[in-house]
Amino acid sequence: MRDLSLHLLDLAQNSITAGASLVSVRITVDERGWLTMVLSDDGKGMSPELLQRVTSPFATTRTTRKVGLGIPMMMENAEKAGGSLHLKSEVGVGTEMTVTMDTRNIDCLPLGDLSGTLLSLIMTNPLAPDFLFEGKTAKGECRFDTREVRAALGGDIPLNEPEVAAWLQEALKEEMDPIFGGV
Amino acid sequence: MKSLADLQAIRAKTLENINMRKDDKNAARVVVGMATCGIAAGARPVMLKFLEEIKEKDLQHVTVSQTGCIGMCRLEPMVDVILPGQEKVTYVKVKPDMVDRIVKEHLMGGTPVAEYTIGAAE
Repeated sequence: MRDLSLHLLDLAQNSITAGASLVSVRITVDERGWLTMVLSDDGKGMSPELLQRVTSPFATTRTTRKVGLGIPMMMENAEKAGGSLHLKSEVGVGTEMTVTMDTRNIDCLPLGDLSGTLLSLIMTNPLAPDFLFEGKTAKGECRFDTREVRAALGGDIPLNEPEVAAWLQEALKEEMDPIFGGV
Repeated sequence: MKSLADLQAIRAKTLENINMRKDDKNAARVVVGMATCGIAAGARPVMLKFLEEIKEKDLQHVTVSQTGCIGMCRLEPMVDVILPGQEKVTYVKVKPDMVDRIVKEHLMGGTPVAEYTIGAAE
């Protein structure tokens, strides 16, 4: 993975597969350059046994092959940048992943196209789940909640309808790019 | 500046489109592989390019969706194009600059771009 936004696109898929109705992402970069990304969902959660082995490349729920690289690769990239990856999960409640990275570290991944990631997630999951994104950097704060979009649009319209997609693309860029540009 | 109020106007237009499409026998699907392997190989810009082209050419009958890993990670990014009454066509190692031809020749023209397909790659 070339940047954090691509990891996020990949890892959010785990929340969707877990049947989440709300997937929340919060990315903050503090004044010392520490980045924290918290990805949480209200999906089916993981048993303590699965939680323990899920950071191994040889743990996967899919059936096409025996490796699952999403979480292990994120973990490796976080640790390379002086940070870490932690998971909390409870069956029937949900899962929360916290990734930290030191953006001053030369091995720290760039953030990448966060609004593009969020748009991709919404486009490919137009009916459910909902996504809440919150960001905070030295440049300010941003927030985007698809529940608000659905409430304004009417719940019966899938968010990947072309007119809606065009609006989302612009709105996401306007909201997020000024906050995360240049991190 | 985009505001949530814009969505009221979009709602009316979109409902009209959805109703028109219900009776549309031409409804086509583009399915992009977006598992870890697909994303790492560059699926996101490919998907966004399809959305852009479909909007630009106003192809109301086409929907874009995603699928997981089908086990041929070395050929990612992979894209399936499904036209009604035709067999599914799988494109492999798709780059954003290949999307233009797939949209024009296959989605609009009905003829798959043979050299981009899995048959040509294997």
